[in-house]
Amino acid sequence: MRYAETGYNLEIDLSSGNIERVATDPRDMELYLGGQGTAAKILWDRVGPEVDPFSEDNLLIFSAGLLHATPVPSATRASVDTISAQTGLYSHSLFGGFWGPELKHAGYDKIILRGKAKGLVYLWIHNDKVEIRDASHLAGKGTMETAECLKKELKDAKVQVAAIGLAGENRVYMSSIEHYNSSASRGVGHIMGDKRVKAIALRGTKDVYVAKPAELFDLCNRQYKVIYDKGSSVMTHSHNEAWHTDVFAWGFARERRKGFWNKELEEEWAKVTDSVFVRYNGCYNCSIDCHATISYPGRRSFSYKCYGKLTYAMAAYQDVAFNYDIMGLTQEYGLDSFSTPQVLAFACELYEAGILTDKDLPDFPEDSGKRFFYLLEKIVRREGVGDALANGVYWAARQIGKGAEEYDHNTTKKFEQVPLKLGALNYPYFLMYATGAKMNITQIEGSFPQNAIPDKERRKAFVDKWEAAPDKFKKIYMEWEPRTQPPIDAAVAIADWNETMHYIDDSVGICAFVSAFKGQFNKSSYHINNYPEFISLASGLELDQDKLWETARRNRTLIRAINNRRGMRREDEKPPHGHWKQRLPDIEKQLIDEYYKFKGWNEDGIPTKQELDRLGLGYVSQDFIKRGILTDDKASPAKETSA
Amino acid sequence: MVEDVIEKKTVKVIKVDVDKCIGCRACELVCSAFHAEPKYSSTNPAKARIRLIMDEFNDIYIPLYAGEYTDAECNGRNVYTIDGKTYDECTFCRASCPSRDFFKDPDSGLPLKCDMCLDDPPLEEPLCVQACRCDALTYEEVEQEEEKEESPDEMETGLQSLVKKHGTKKVMESLARISKEAD
Repeated sequence: MRYAETGYNLEIDLSSGNIERVATDPRDMELYLGGQGTAAKILWDRVGPEVDPFSEDNLLIFSAGLLHATPVPSATRASVDTISAQTGLYSHSLFGGFWGPELKHAGYDKIILRGKAKGLVYLWIHNDKVEIRDASHLAGKGTMETAECLKKELKDAKVQVAAIGLAGENRVYMSSIEHYNSSASRGVGHIMGDKRVKAIALRGTKDVYVAKPAELFDLCNRQYKVIYDKGSSVMTHSHNEAWHTDVFAWGFARERRKGFWNKELEEEWAKVTDSVFVRYNGCYNCSIDCHATISYPGRRSFSYKCYGKLTYAMAAYQDVAFNYDIMGLTQEYGLDSFSTPQVLAFACELYEAGILTDKDLPDFPEDSGKRFFYLLEKIVRREGVGDALANGVYWAARQIGKGAEEYDHNTTKKFEQVPLKLGALNYPYFLMYATGAKMNITQIEGSFPQNAIPDKERRKAFVDKWEAAPDKFKKIYMEWEPRTQPPIDAAVAIADWNETMHYIDDSVGICAFVSAFKGQFNKSSYHINNYPEFISLASGLELDQDKLWETARRNRTLIRAINNRRGMRREDEKPPHGHWKQRLPDIEKQLIDEYYKFKGWNEDGIPTKQELDRLGLGYVSQDFIKRGILTDDKASPAKETSA
Repeated sequence: MVEDVIEKKTVKVIKVDVDKCIGCRACELVCSAFHAEPKYSSTNPAKARIRLIMDEFNDIYIPLYAGEYTDAECNGRNVYTIDGKTYDECTFCRASCPSRDFFKDPDSGLPLKCDMCLDDPPLEEPLCVQACRCDALTYEEVEQEEEKEESPDEMETGLQSLVKKHGTKKVMESLARISKEAD
C-alpha cells in the first residue's frame, strides 16, 4: 500500500487521444517527495533541450503535493511545471483552492499532458473515468464562467475546475490558469493554451491513506490551532496599505512614493473595499482566510490576496477601485497580476516616448486607467501591437525595436520581476534574484528576516521565540549589525535556507503563506524543525532534518540541471538592472562564486559531477558529460546562450 | 392510567453560523478521517457526514450535516430566497435520499449519518467543530426538560384497539376461550 501518494500518474496524449494510468516508482517519493520535485524528474527524463516549448513534445504537468488530501493542514498548493516559451527555461507555478487534493481523491498524483488537441478541449476526470471532451462551447469564455458552466454541465457542485481564459487560449505569455480563489501564474497558462486544453475538471471520491493514522491526526489537530493563532492573513484583512504603497515602485517599476499613504486615503480606500467586499475565504483544510472575494459592479466576482489588491493600481497610478474593476476582467481573461500590469505600464511608457504611436494605438485614451483597459483588449486578442506585448516585456521590446529594448529594465531571464527600486545592494537578495529558478522573489525568499531588529534585547526576544530557525541562523541574526550587509558566507547560507524551504513546500504542497514565506515574521507554522515529523507520519518515509534538506537540495539541483541543459549559464544570472541603486561588481562576483561553491556548482553555475553523483543524480552527470556540458567535473566548455 | 413525568435530557447542539464560514472544508476532511477504518487511516470528503454546500459564484457556503435515511423522494421542491440569494430546498435538508448522491458511501451506496463523533472515551467536541477555527461551527450541550408521557405497554395498546373494534364483551369471551384451550 502507498501512503500519502496514490502511486499513479495520469498520462494524456492530446495528439493521439491516448489515456493511460501509470504506476509510479515508490523510490521517486523518497528521492524527490512529490509535486514540483517529481515533476522535475519527469521533465528531465522526457523533455530534452531540443524540445521547443510550443511543440507537441513539451509536457505540461499538474501535480498534487505529497501531503495533499492527508490530514496535514494547509496542504493546498498544486504545482504546474513545464518549459516556458517566454524564458525557454523550466517554468513553475502553484495554485491553491481544492484542485490538488481532489486530484488525489480521483486516484492520481499527477496529470501529464503531452501533444496538442486538434480543437479546444476540456478534460473530465471522474475517478477512473477520463474523457477528452470538446470545449468549443467554452471558447473565449472567462475562467470562472468556464468553471460555472462545467459544474452545471457535469451536474456536480463539487467538481473542481482549473481553466484558462482568452489570454491562455491565445498563448499570451502572461496568462494564468485559474481555479476558485487561486491562480497558477508565472508562465504556465500559455502552454495549456498551446495544448488546446481549456480546462481540467476533476471529481474524486477515493480514499487517500496515511502511514501512521493516530499519531498524524493528533499532530494535525494541534496544528490547526498553531496555524490559526499565527494568523498569516494580515495583509489581505488590513486596510492599511502603507507597506505596499511606500515600498513597491509605481508605474513601470520606476518610482517609489515614500509618504504616499495617509489616514485619509486609508479611510477612502477602506470605504471602497467595504462596498465591494463579499467574504474572506480559505483553501482546502486551511484556517487562514487569506483570500478576499470581491464583487465589483458589472464584473464577475473574484478573489485576491495580499499585494494582488494593488499591482494594477500602482502600475497605472490609479486607486484601489480601479484595481478591483480591472481585476474583475483580468481574472476572467486569466492573467498574472504581477507581470501583466508591468507589460501594460511598459506599453504606456513606450507611447509617451514616441516609440509606440497613434498608428500602433489608434484612439489611445488620455487617462492611464483607460489606457490599461484599452491595452488589455489588444493583448488578450493579440491584436496589432498587442501581439508583441502578449509576449511580455523582454520579447515585446525586441519585436517593437526603435529603442524599446532600453526600456526592458525589470526582467531577469526574460521574466518580469516584482516592481521594486531599492538603494543599497542586499547580499542574500542579490543571490536570490540572480540565481532563483522560480522567477518571482516571493517564491524564493521568506525564512530569514530582511532587516535586523536594531534593539538587541528585542532581537534576542525574537530569536528566543524563533522555532523555525536552525541554530546557525539564530547566531547569524544575533551577530548581524543593523543597516549593514551580512558577511558573504552568511548571505550565501541565508539564500540557501530561504530557497530550501520553498523547495520543500512546493514538493509536499504546503502553502508558503504558513511556511517558507512567513519565517521572516516568525509566523511559519511549518519549518525544517517540524516538517520531517509531518512528512514521515503521512508518507511512511524515514526522514530527519538533514535528509529533508538534502532532498530539497536534490530538487533544486535537478531543476538547475534542466536549465543548464537548455543553455542557462552564469552570464544569465543577473538581477533586474536598476533594482538597487548601489551596485558592487566585485562583491557581486564574490557572492556568486561563493554561492556556486556552496551549492557544489562549477564557476559557470553547472552542478559538478561530484555533487550530482553525491545527490543520486548520476543520470544527470552522465548526460552532461555526453553532451560536453561537463568535462569530468570541470567547467563547461560549451558556451551556449539561453534559448 | 397514564402519567406524565418530567425528564432531564442533554441535547448536543452544533451551531452553524454560515456568515463565518471561510469554505475550507476542514470539517469534511476530519469527519472522513474519524470514520475511516481503522480510525484516521484515510481521508475522503465524499464519505463525510458533513458537507459544505458551496456555490462560490453566488457566495453560498452552508455546512450541512447528514441526517436520517429516507427511501422516498420529495413530491415537490421549494426554492428559498434569503437576503437576495437563492437556495434549493436540498441545501438545508439533512436526509440521505434517492434524489442526490451525497450522504451515501461512494462505494457501497449505504447511507451515512452524523453521530456527533461518538467515541469512547467521548470527545470534548465533535471533530468538525474542533477543526473549524473560524467558529462557523460551535458546540453546546444544552440541558432540556422534557415532558415524557409514560406510554402503555405494547400488549395493552393491542388490547385497547381490539376492544375498540369488537367491544369488551366479545374480547373477554375470546380471551376466556383461548386461555381455557391453552390450559
